[in-house]
Order: sequence, then C-alpha cells, then structure tokens
Amino acid sequence: MTVTKEAPPAPVTAELKVRKPSTRKRLVPYWLLLPGILWLLVFFALPLVYQASTSVQTGSLEKGFEVTWHFQTYWDALTDYYPQFIRSLLYAGTATLLCLLLGYPLAYLIAFKAGRWRNVVLVLVIAPFFTSFLIRTLAWKTILADGGAVVDVLNTLHVLDVTSWLGWTESNRVLATPMAVVCGLTYNFLPFMILPLYTSLERIDGRLHEAAGDLYATPATTFRKVTFPLSMPGVVSGTLLTFIPASGDYVNAELLGSTDTKMVGSVIQTQFLRVLDYPTAAALSFILMAVVLIMVTVYIRRSGTEDLV
Amino acid sequence: MPVLRWIRRNLIVIAGLLTLAYMILPNVVVMVFSFNKPNGRFNYAWQRFSLDAWKDPCGVADMCGSLSLSLQIAVWATVGATVLGTMISFALVRYRFRARGAINSLIFLPMAMPEVVMAASLLTLFLNMGAQLGFWTVLIAHIMFCLSFVVTAVKARVMSMDPRLEEAARDLYAGPVQTFLRVTLPIAAPGIAAGALLAFALSFDDFIITNFNAGSTVTFPMFVWGSAQRGTPVQINVIGTAMFIIAVMVVVVGQLIANRRKNSAR
Amino acid sequence: MTQQQTGGDVRLTGISKTYGSFAAVKPLDLTVPQGSFFALLGASGCGKTTTLRMIAGLEEATTGTVSLGGQDITGLPPYKRPVNTVFQSYALFPHLDISENVAFGLRRRGIRSVKKQVDEMLELVQLGDFAKRKPHQLSGGQQQRVAVARALINHPQVLLLDEPLGALDLKLRRQMQLELKRIQTEVGITFIHVTHDQEEAMTMADTVAVMNGGRVEQLGAPADLYENPRTTFVANFLGTSNLIEGEVVSADTDIVVAAGGGKLRLPTDRCTAPTVNGGKLLLGVRPEKISLAHADDADVIADGRNRVTGRIVDSSFIGVSTQYVVESPAGKALQVYEQNIERDARLTPGAEVVLHWNPAHTFGLDAAQDIDAGVETVEDAA
Repeated sequence: MTVTKEAPPAPVTAELKVRKPSTRKRLVPYWLLLPGILWLLVFFALPLVYQASTSVQTGSLEKGFEVTWHFQTYWDALTDYYPQFIRSLLYAGTATLLCLLLGYPLAYLIAFKAGRWRNVVLVLVIAPFFTSFLIRTLAWKTILADGGAVVDVLNTLHVLDVTSWLGWTESNRVLATPMAVVCGLTYNFLPFMILPLYTSLERIDGRLHEAAGDLYATPATTFRKVTFPLSMPGVVSGTLLTFIPASGDYVNAELLGSTDTKMVGSVIQTQFLRVLDYPTAAALSFILMAVVLIMVTVYIRRSGTEDLV
Repeated sequence: MPVLRWIRRNLIVIAGLLTLAYMILPNVVVMVFSFNKPNGRFNYAWQRFSLDAWKDPCGVADMCGSLSLSLQIAVWATVGATVLGTMISFALVRYRFRARGAINSLIFLPMAMPEVVMAASLLTLFLNMGAQLGFWTVLIAHIMFCLSFVVTAVKARVMSMDPRLEEAARDLYAGPVQTFLRVTLPIAAPGIAAGALLAFALSFDDFIITNFNAGSTVTFPMFVWGSAQRGTPVQINVIGTAMFIIAVMVVVVGQLIANRRKNSAR
Repeated sequence: MTQQQTGGDVRLTGISKTYGSFAAVKPLDLTVPQGSFFALLGASGCGKTTTLRMIAGLEEATTGTVSLGGQDITGLPPYKRPVNTVFQSYALFPHLDISENVAFGLRRRGIRSVKKQVDEMLELVQLGDFAKRKPHQLSGGQQQRVAVARALINHPQVLLLDEPLGALDLKLRRQMQLELKRIQTEVGITFIHVTHDQEEAMTMADTVAVMNGGRVEQLGAPADLYENPRTTFVANFLGTSNLIEGEVVSADTDIVVAAGGGKLRLPTDRCTAPTVNGGKLLLGVRPEKISLAHADDADVIADGRNRVTGRIVDSSFIGVSTQYVVESPAGKALQVYEQNIERDARLTPGAEVVLHWNPAHTFGLDAAQDIDAGVETVEDAA
C-alpha cells in the first residue's frame, strides 16, 4: 500500500481581484426591451392617460376642451347608457359560455379522437380566419334571413315560439334580435376558445385516462376528476380571449342586431366618431375597461392561474 | 337500442363535428354567394348562378385599392411587431433585470383590454398631438396591438429552447453574431413564424382599431363595413373565397413539403 | 503522441465564482497535467460544473485566473479558447444533421473542405452510417458519441466533459466509460471529466479531485483516494467506510485507540490528524477489509489483528458477496462485505460475531468533522 503525503488543498496564492461583469453585458436586456416597451408606453399606456384626462374635461369642439375635473360625466354616462353596458356583459357572457360548450367537444375531438385527421380538422378550424371576419359575419345575414331555411326549421319545430316568449327572438324572425347577435359573437370568437383548449388538452398524457380507469373511475368521472381539471389553463385563457374582445365588440351588434341590441362598443364609437362628445366617449370607455379588468382579475384569482403571459 | 348506444358512445365526436360545421358554414355561404347574381345592391338572397364577379374581381370602385392597402399595412405591421416582439421575448426569457413584473403587465394588458378602449384612447392621443390620421397612424396602432401576441408566441418557443445549445455554439468557435444566426434564430424560427403569422392575420383582419384611427383612409375591412351599409358587391365574396382557398393551399403545400422532408431524412 | 507537444497544463489559480452572496466555487488552485484524464467528482451543487464552465469560458470567474500551457486565457470568450466541451444531455443542434453538427466548429473557423475530417471523426466514434440523420433519430448512446466527435474534431488542447454519461442507462454507461477511455488514449488530449458517480470517476480517470461545498477536498489517484481518504467526506463519498470514534491511548510507531470497550491499532503514517494522548480520533476501515467470525470461533483469530465484537442485525446476499450490518459498542451499523467463498451458515441476523482486520488497513481521521459527511441518503439519490 502506498501512502502519499500530499499537502492538503493548496493554499490560494493568487491575488484575489474581484471581476465585475461588464456594464455592456448587463445592459443587453434593456437594449432588447427598449424599442418594444417604448412603443407600448407611448402608444398604449400614454393614450390611456390622455383618455383619463379627456374623461374629466368639459367644453365643445368649437371652443375646445379643458380639464375641469368634471366627474359628473361618468355618472351621466352610466345613467344614460347602463342598458347597453348590461347588454354588453350579458351578450359577451352568454357567447363565452356557448363558446365553451361548443368548443370543448371539438377541442377534445382534435386532441384525442381525430387521429390522423388531426391536422385536417385543425386547418378547418383556423382557415376561416383568413376570410375577413366582416365578410363571414355578413354571411350570417343570409343564413338567418327571414323566410330562410334556418328560420323555417326553427319555426316548424316551434323553437321560435319559446325563444320569442323568452325575448331572445321575435316570433317569426331571428335577424335583428339578441339571439342573432349572440350567435354572431359565438361564431366569431369560437377559434379563440378552441385553440387554447386544444393546446392544454393535447398536453394531457393519455395514460392518465387509463390510470383513472384502472382506479375505478367511469369515463364520466375520469372527465370530471382528471381531464377537465387538467384542461383548466385552456379554459381560463379561452374564456378570457373570448369574453374580453366580445364585451367591447360592436360589429356583430351593428350588422346582425337592431337598435334594441346595441352594445356599449357602438355607443363609444358613435360618441367618438359621429357625435364628437369626447368626454362621454372617454368616460364610457374607461368604465368598460375598469369593469373588464376587475372581472378578469377576480376570475384569474379565483381560477388560480396567475401566469398567463 | 343499438342506434342510441352508438350515438351515446360517439357523443363527443358528433358534438365536435356539429361545432365544426357551425364554423365552416359561413365560409360555404360566402363561397356559394360569390357565384350569385343579385338583383339589388345587396348580396344576401340567392338569385341565379353567374361567374361575373370572378371574371372581374376588381370591378368595384376602390375595393382592390383598399385590399392592397390592407396587405401593405399587414406586412409592415408584421415586420415591426415581430422584430420588436422577438427582442422582448429574448430579454424576458434569457436575462434577469429590474421591473420584470411591470414589463410583464405592460405586455399582458393590451390583450386584456377590449379593442374599442385601445382604439378610443389611441385616437385621443393622436387628436391631442394633432397627428394626421391615415396610413401611419393605422400602422402604429397595428404594431401596438400585435406586439403582445408576438411576444406570447415567441416566448413559448424560446422558453423551451435549451440554453446549452447556444453555449455549445460559442464553445465551437461561433462568435455572438454567428451563434445568433446559425443556432438561435433557426431554432426559434417556428415560434417567430407563428408570431408573425398571427400578427399578419390580426392586422389584416382588424376593424375596430383601424376604424377609429384611419381617418379617411379605407382598409379592406373598412370597405366591407361600408358596403354593408351601402350595398354589398359580389366581389367581396370572391375575395373572401380566394383568401380562404389560398390559406388552405398554403397549409396543404407546407404540410406536403414537411412530410417529404421527413421521409427523405429516413 | 504528437498532440501532446502542442498542449499544455491547465492551471487554475485562485479561481472562484460567486452568485450574489452565494459562493459556488471558493478560491481554489488546481493543476491538470497535459494528457491526463482528470475527473472532478462531487455531489450536485458542489461547484464542479461551475469550475468546468470557467475553464470553458462559459462562466466568468469572479476571482483568479485560468491558464493553458502557460498562457492566461481568463479573459478570452469561449469561442476563442482552444478548449471544447461535451455538454450534459449533449446539446446537439436539432436543426442540423449529424455531419453538420460535427462540422460546426470547423466551419466557424473558416475551414471549407470538412468532409474528410468529418468522415474520419465519425469513423472514430463508429457512426459512419449516420452522417445524414438528425440528432433526434439517434439513440442516447449514439448522440453521446456525436457530442464527443463534434468536440474532438477541433483538436482542442483540453476536452471538457460535463456529466457526459448521466443520461444513459447503467449498461450503456459502462460501455461508454471504456469507449471514452479508449478515445482518450488514442488522441492523447487532456480530458477533464465532471461527474457525481464515484465509480465512473475511479474507472476512467487517472487523477480525481473530490469537490465538496465549492472546494477541493482531496486530490489524487483513484486507489490512493480510496485507501487514504483524508476527510470523512471523502471516506464516505468514495465507497463506504466504517468510522469508529475513539480516544488515543498511546502514539508511537502504531497509534493505539480505545473504542467500544476494546483497543484498536493503526500505523502512525496512516493517520492524517494530529494525535494527542487522551484526544479523540476517528478510525476508518473499508467494509471489504473486515473478516467476520462467529463468536464461538473467537479464539482462532490470529493475534495482532483489530477486533470488535457485535451482533448481526441484517444481511443481504448480493451474489459475489454478502453484506452484513453489525451492531456493536464501537458503532451502531458497521458494514462488512464477505466474499461468498465458504459461507458460514451460522452468520445470520441475531448471531454474535467478532469483526477482525489487519491494523494496517485502518486509517485515522480528525474527529472534529461531521462523521456522516458525504453519506448518500435516499433524498440525495433521488
């Protein structure tokens, strides 16, 4: 046996001069962020400040506007336009729910049942995007036209009797009723629901279904206890991506609805671009923003998925 | 009953296919009605078959002009948003820095805001600055709202990228520029492409923000909006159908090329 | 070998790395002789990978210098160092095929005709037929060899290997250990190999540096480290040691220590700790050095051997040997490995036994250390 007498770990002899990472290297992330963040600050954040200021101004186009801290505008806007507000939230909420109910089976189908047809179905979901959504929304005018096939069928089945009693449609027409608007909203935002749902469903390990089955879960229980909870991130981002744009939309209400189905987006647009009552428009838009942000925040907190970006 | 049992077992498939039909139906209608010859100014009711609109797609005043304007805006907005968004994504994933939370919120907020709010506030800014509304204001607006979506798409890809690949490149005598061009960019490309595609689609199809900030400039969606009031020419359906077909073809061809590549690699 | 003359020693002087207030590597000096197969061994988080990355230039040293063949390379970026790395999980470029992966370094240095060199290199690692495949179409072992080829083709002066075999299964790992050893002998380049697997380090390297808590605990040839650990960490981390605490009775040519109600001896030159009569000392002995006798046969044991009496609490049959756990006044769980040559049927749990071994096989350690340092626990292994 050889026993080497080696000195314990050699003493450090070098002069210990501490190196600092170079300034140039430390600044790299800031240079990368600068242009994009500047863009967002100037063209997204700053406008919100301007709008906040506009909302408390008074005056007229001819004499000019001035900041007078006139908060009355908010109150007036709310009392004048609360029906449109409630309608917006109601329509957008209904459309979001319908998107979830309609979109989930399709997302599930693509993720688990489509097999080699998966890409084909995905293309069919995305491809309509490439036809301008205004053109596609106009097509609903044809589909839901008075005396058209859809209305006829609903009439024969006495569906319209029920829906008109509920106030969703008129007794013999669908166009220019709340149902037409909700139908259009649902149609327009369905892909925004399906794609996040699909992404989160696709990530689920198929063996989890087998494991659940092995542990005495029926298919229904498996869905309730395993699949659905795991798809929650998709449900959350899908509902947000649907509800947020739907709540401010006015295209569907204008094209498929009537004056009785106007949403708050229409009012803002009219006040801003036609009536030119900037303070009211700004106040309305601020209220809408606040309502949506509060709802979204509460919703995200509730569902426990903070990291969406 | 066997029929009922079959329906119950395939309930999800049936429901999914019905949803798919709901999504495709308007496109079918658009396509069919591109062969219509309407009697009045509006193309909402079927009259008779005709190829007139297909023979003369630009036969409506101003339509093709607005289309080419929309394409130009979409291309530049895509370039702008993709470059800025990619830079932000790399900074967010690869570096530590101050104010990360604030920057994340600034990127998230545009996606959590109804379009009409952004549209109205941006117009307020432009009016206050006395900016001339038109091509440039629309382009600025489009880059703004596309940016967040690009960041989300690219970030996902960059996050799944192994930072060791870049280290390996540097270890193998590639300087910073070479590393970026030879390794980082090719690997991040699918994410960047997805972001760019999304930006293009969002910009090309945008109506609300554009409508507020375009002044008298008319993009294609604005043209369609206007025609909904004045009368819808059949050519609109021709354009819509052509876009749909081109999109599907691009996807199919892309898929075929990818398949062939995969096969030849084996 | 010709390459050896172009290379040189890797010399780390006072090198350290701190992240904020955390010292990943504490100032250390280390010299890796040219042409050697050198292993940095330690548990995860001991600073071995950080040390390697500082040699590669992927991590900037907080203090100290790195020099190669007498030339200071501390300030050079990785792409200007004549050093290449085989990364953990390989980091093969997924968008390039195998031959382009291997050619990457040559092309970056502006070498145009790379085909011949690439083909030769792929032959060396026995992957000639796979040149046109993409990395994901290869098995783990094949990817590993591509990573080695991609680094070696540049004829680096030093090849750095960061846990190169960590992702492979046991059998393949054994095979690749021999393969890497073969390649190293063939090309004669200095290899610096980072690993947490003590067996791997001992099989492959001619010098091993055991790292712990950001510093080098001990450095030496594998057999030397195993036989003469200088700290409890090395004693426990490299294989298994039985450490017995005792009190020094006398120190002459042999040190006599009272432990567990008996007296144990060890040669003075096998003790690295200072000895004072009446002071504490840790005695160590490897499990395979101990013989096991049933208590009934105690009188047959030759004189002059160290003895400890105890009772078997557990035994497991491994095939080539049987491992016993013995409870005794000297230690709660002494490990004994007995070759399965002639098995004594009486040696079952509950049996009273005598452990005895040659005093020359005992080593002495400073008792002021954590006796369990470096013992692998279930959490560590996970």
